[in-house]
Amino acid sequence: MKRHLLEAADLDRADATLVLDTAGQIESALAGREVKKLPTLRGRTVVNLFYEDSTRTRISFELAAKRLSADVINFSAKGSSVSKGESLKDTALTLEAMGSDAIVIRHQASGAPHRLAQWVKGSVVNAGDGTHEHPTQALLDAYTIRQRLGRLDGVRVVLVGDVLHSRVARSNVWLLSTLGAEVTLVAPPTLLPVGVGSWPVQVSYDLDAVLSKADVVMMLRVQAERMNASFFPSAREYSRRYGLDARRMAVLPDDAIVMHPGPMNRGMEIAAEVADSARSTIVDQVGNGVSVRMAVLYLLLGGAPE
Amino acid sequence: MTMSSELPAPPPTEPAAGGPPPLLSADDVARVVDRIAHQLIERAASASPAGASDGGLADLVLVGIPTRGAPLARRLAARIEAFSGTTVDVGTVDITLYRDDLRLRGVRALEDTRLPEAGVDGRLVVLVDDVLFSGRSVRAALDALRDLGRPRAVQLAVLVDRGHRELPIRADYVGKNVPTSRTQSVKVHLAEVDGLDEVLLTEGADA
Repeated sequence: MKRHLLEAADLDRADATLVLDTAGQIESALAGREVKKLPTLRGRTVVNLFYEDSTRTRISFELAAKRLSADVINFSAKGSSVSKGESLKDTALTLEAMGSDAIVIRHQASGAPHRLAQWVKGSVVNAGDGTHEHPTQALLDAYTIRQRLGRLDGVRVVLVGDVLHSRVARSNVWLLSTLGAEVTLVAPPTLLPVGVGSWPVQVSYDLDAVLSKADVVMMLRVQAERMNASFFPSAREYSRRYGLDARRMAVLPDDAIVMHPGPMNRGMEIAAEVADSARSTIVDQVGNGVSVRMAVLYLLLGGAPE
Repeated sequence: MTMSSELPAPPPTEPAAGGPPPLLSADDVARVVDRIAHQLIERAASASPAGASDGGLADLVLVGIPTRGAPLARRLAARIEAFSGTTVDVGTVDITLYRDDLRLRGVRALEDTRLPEAGVDGRLVVLVDDVLFSGRSVRAALDALRDLGRPRAVQLAVLVDRGHRELPIRADYVGKNVPTSRTQSVKVHLAEVDGLDEVLLTEGADA
């Protein structure tokens, strides 16, 4: 493993598999236990540096660090010196001066974790930067797919929705193709990034055409906060063409699964009956997120410092 | 578990050409495992209330410390079943996340942790490992056990005790006591992991 986890491309196939295997071992080590705590990172400090709102990712990282006995500091930009104008660099150096060993950062600017990694001595974990990447989400998605289907090699994954703004989509494209899955993107042309031709994916504009051959359908959130231009005519039209409802779900092969990174817009990209169906892994994904983030923190902080 | 029927066939007995003769040959390893299995049966019987139909073995859980403690625990269970007709529970506990030397080396890969359905609460846990040296692995295993439940008692079985303890820990069942110097290393090879059974004493400390 490299010292930081900034993007899915930081992980080659061996590293990515190591993270997934480690997460599995940690899950089995904690299964059925009353005391869900391991002493592994005692005395280490993990800072959650969140410039953007988040529920599940921040709580998931916090829980992961606490279950490994690390000390956790939660920092959200609101109500901190950031509102007085302190720069990212100064904030990071301040935190490091207080003895942080790893910084988990979410930032609205793409590339912020990369900059941070150049300034600090400890490890940096990207918890989502702008429209760039969200590598631990991709890891937990890959873990969930492997758990449900037993493999990743050759698994056909269809990613549906706002690929343009989705860091989850970017990270999944790179990680899943590293791990041997075949990824197809389905989106309105306006919500596909310019460079998509160079990605290791197939592209389709017709959801119905690809569903019958999908092992995994991953629905992306329609990001209302980034819908600042007319990407599609109306929510109803989007939902009709790209939403996953019961009729479309019925077309899927028998053992196919439906995923969503959350938070969901029920009735928009995914119908409530689909989200609550037995095919849905949405709740599993949240639980697996803690195991996968424990694995990442262990692999970054668990050994000798370089 | 499919153990008893597939105990390894006797592996080649001749040592690697030119190397020193092994401390324990494949036959020795088999004999030692048999002996410890008998000792476990006797102790379980003497500790159980008179007339217990299972000879106290239902109470027993063999917990192997990976890597090589895990197959050893399974072998012991298979031999106990062969001698007494009673199936005993087997598990493994990975101690990596409990080690006290994590920061002294690069990050280590984890191994399996699997406990029997019935857990360890109120039972007699026998930890099984290949070599007892500093005692630090056993300490880590005791810490892990404490998080997994509350056994009635914990004992320790090892294939080789090579001395040089750094903690107040001793084994209850020892296959072979081997006086060594710190600069030597004891290598246990087991068929399940290494393709053959033997224990070697070599010069030059290792990890």
